[in-house]
Amino acid sequence: MPRPDPEAVAEAVFAALAEPTRRSILGALATHGPSTATDLAALLPISRQAITKHLELLADAGLVLAEPGERRRIRYRVNAAPMTIAQTYLAALARDWDSKLARLQRALDERATQSSSDTARQMADAPATERDVEP
Amino acid sequence: MPIPNRIERTIELAHPPMQVWDALTSAEGLGGWFGDRATVDLRPGGLAHVEWDLDDNSHKATLTIAVVEPPNRFAWSWSIQGLPDADPRRTYVEFTLVPNGAGTRLTVVESGFAQVPDGLLETAYQGNVEGWRKELAHLVSYLDAAA
Repeated sequence: MPRPDPEAVAEAVFAALAEPTRRSILGALATHGPSTATDLAALLPISRQAITKHLELLADAGLVLAEPGERRRIRYRVNAAPMTIAQTYLAALARDWDSKLARLQRALDERATQSSSDTARQMADAPATERDVEP
Repeated sequence: MPIPNRIERTIELAHPPMQVWDALTSAEGLGGWFGDRATVDLRPGGLAHVEWDLDDNSHKATLTIAVVEPPNRFAWSWSIQGLPDADPRRTYVEFTLVPNGAGTRLTVVESGFAQVPDGLLETAYQGNVEGWRKELAHLVSYLDAAA
């Protein structure tokens, strides 16, 4: 079986989640557990036909898994694996090293300003003979 | 939309490596620029706990220190945001400090974002998607035959 490309997986996840109806279907599956299209139609203000279409799309993206349910109905449940891959992608964006490093730069600059003004004060206070001037 | 495996940044700081080192490795430093509070057990294998004050709650992270080579190399690993702390998939953060005139060239590399265990992908993802497609086709033909 060919190894799926993580990038393609993440793209499929984001595309699937871009649609509000599909988000509400996934939300309902996460909240209520494995459900059939009929169960979901009772929970959501969407027709069973539309739910079935969206569930097929979600299954293609790997976000839900179809399994045999009672009375020949297909039951769907959330599959977290592709979301974990997309999550890893988001985690890289969320690290935000740029603002952390900007804070580091500011912290170092502030400390340097403080210690140089401390040094200046000490030098002004100290008698000339005790001055220890470092290059 | 490539999934980044590594983030790399280099900045020039007007402060000598030892000062930068202190900011990176001390509780005061880490609790100042990186988080809002920190404790540090500075040794390979030691832990650093960093806390952030957010609007209505706080966020914590535990860094597992891997490399302590003052004042040139400091490295630790931490969990990937969104995954549980105990998840074996972690990213590795390495700081390299190189003297640059009177200042320091600091490079940060965080790597390991693209680690997706083969088992997770192949068994949980494709195995299931393809597997169930086939199983359901079998089920439907079985039921149709039985009906």
